[in-house]
Amino acid sequence: MLHEVLLEVKNLGTEFTTDDGIVRVLDGVTFNVKKGQTLGIVGESGCGKSVTAMSIMGLLPHPYGRVNAGEILYRGTNVVDLPPEKLYEMRGNSISMIFQDPMTALNPVHSVGKQLCEVLELHRKDLDKKDRLTYAIRMLEKVGIPSPEQRVMEYPHNLSGGMRQRVIIAIALACKPDILICDEPTTALDVTVQAQILDLMRELQRETGMAMIFITHDLGVVAEICDDVVVMYAGRAVETADIFTLFEKPKHPYTKGLLNSMPTLSALHKQMLVTIPGNVPHLSEMPEGCRFCTRCAYATEECRNTVPIWTQLDGEHRVSCHHWKEVD
Amino acid sequence: MPELLRIENIKQHFSSGGGIFRKGYTIHAVDGVSFSVKAGETLGLVGESGCGKSTLGRSILKLFEPTAGKIFFEGRDITHLSVKKMRSLRQEMQIIFQDPTESLNSRHTVGMIIEEPFIIHGIGKPAERKLWVKELLLKVGLPESATERYPHEFSGGQKQRIGIARAIALKPKLIICDESVSALDVSVQAQILNLLLALQQEMKLALIFIAHDLSVVKHISDRVAVMYLGKIVELGNALEVYNSPRHPYTQALLSAIPVADPRKRNTERIMLKGELPSPINPPQGCHFHTRCPYATDKCKEEQPLLVAKAGDHADACHYPLTNQSKPEFRQLA
Repeated sequence: MLHEVLLEVKNLGTEFTTDDGIVRVLDGVTFNVKKGQTLGIVGESGCGKSVTAMSIMGLLPHPYGRVNAGEILYRGTNVVDLPPEKLYEMRGNSISMIFQDPMTALNPVHSVGKQLCEVLELHRKDLDKKDRLTYAIRMLEKVGIPSPEQRVMEYPHNLSGGMRQRVIIAIALACKPDILICDEPTTALDVTVQAQILDLMRELQRETGMAMIFITHDLGVVAEICDDVVVMYAGRAVETADIFTLFEKPKHPYTKGLLNSMPTLSALHKQMLVTIPGNVPHLSEMPEGCRFCTRCAYATEECRNTVPIWTQLDGEHRVSCHHWKEVD
Repeated sequence: MPELLRIENIKQHFSSGGGIFRKGYTIHAVDGVSFSVKAGETLGLVGESGCGKSTLGRSILKLFEPTAGKIFFEGRDITHLSVKKMRSLRQEMQIIFQDPTESLNSRHTVGMIIEEPFIIHGIGKPAERKLWVKELLLKVGLPESATERYPHEFSGGQKQRIGIARAIALKPKLIICDESVSALDVSVQAQILNLLLALQQEMKLALIFIAHDLSVVKHISDRVAVMYLGKIVELGNALEVYNSPRHPYTQALLSAIPVADPRKRNTERIMLKGELPSPINPPQGCHFHTRCPYATDKCKEEQPLLVAKAGDHADACHYPLTNQSKPEFRQLA
């Protein structure tokens, strides 16, 4: 099945100015987001998942962070060059974002309804105040909040974590965006609540046909909700594939290591887990070649010196590794 | 294996919010928990946030004075030990905290941090202690040179290794791991789990492993206790609890875990409605009845007790699930 490509990220590079000089946080990140599909971005902390999202949304901290290479094409327009006014128009309207922590993403001094109406005030000029409130109540109902007429007047501290995340989803979806970027939306929630929220997001996607970018470190969640996956390591994408290929035939040693190091319910009891030795190197001490070479069992001299190019395998499976043939 | 720790009907209540003209309220964080831990075994303690698992861990170490109940360590009642006597007993029982950054003193070098337990308990001469510190560092997989460095120079996983070195310094018999791997990335988490398993075998440690991640708990535990709103709802051999859960809450919890296999994604889940009720006013009767798909009038009135109906697999439910009793439910799971 072919899906229309909504967002193309090509060779994205992002850098930050720090006390230790300029640090290249992202380097050559490439992926496509397709209509009605969910793209997962997986990786461990500090691999650049969130910075990728911030780069797309134009939310990099000014003036320290900037996109220094590549392009982000949303329906053909490069959003990197967009003037701020155009960005305002896009954010929350065509591309929306949900953040990780439902405790801090809402403003504690405004009622839920006011925060929901704010986004409508900005993007839906055709609605008057009364319509906006009705609309807000309808959105709350849609995300499964019981008795929305009362809840709309309440403040965030009256709501539990799961309910707050539902409110945030309602705000993000208020303008029917084409793309919803979810940055670890369920990480702060308990498993039973996480299951409810994932279910809700899947259902809303089916209903609206929006595309989602789902950023997470939890491979279980990825398997649950994504259609395609990008695996990132230390600021670079290392493998992209559809969900089944990635879990069944990973070709990058890092992807394989990640899958192996996860304790699963079906794994043998009290057995040693296969681990990836060492730690992610500091961004200012990145190796010249493949960034994973310091921890990789397959690493050779070539890996240390030259950055591996992308190899196209079957379908949309792409891998950036010198030794992908040896990984089975 | 001999019994190392036994707790009987531990309660930990906190009062809060009272004033001169206002009546305060009581938070029933832990509400009558009993279990025992044998030497060298791992007891996993799982439950969602706010169920009282961390509070229970701290009550056992008497970091809180329990409101009611008794704690026995190696057969000795330690419930009302004085602070001073308790301090010397802490050589035997240690804790590893969740956040490795906050649990290490940022102004002390790693050497000082690991040496501190020896100093507090007056063990060894300075030169000996320096040697032990180095041995401990090697044991947890850190270079000897780490002694001169400060915690901020290490990554999260390495800091957790420092925390482990400090906890095992005095060769304790029991370590409580309070969400010790929750803040770590998967690849690092696997390293730390392996380290804990290896140390346990080498030192015959008993672990109480508190976590919300059920896969991790299953991986490391011999027995598992599932907590809900201050009470244990199911307790038994890890494989038995995971393979044939008896309490509807355990079953729902297991079913909610995302499975890392995309081909299994469309299997039906048991979706719990609502969220954890407040421990200030826990529901009457069975605490779980507000969210339980099988709750009857009996559940609303009568509190079920934790009893072992067969072997040592205990559950606190009026209508425990068996393989036969709920066939349609089994299939869904």
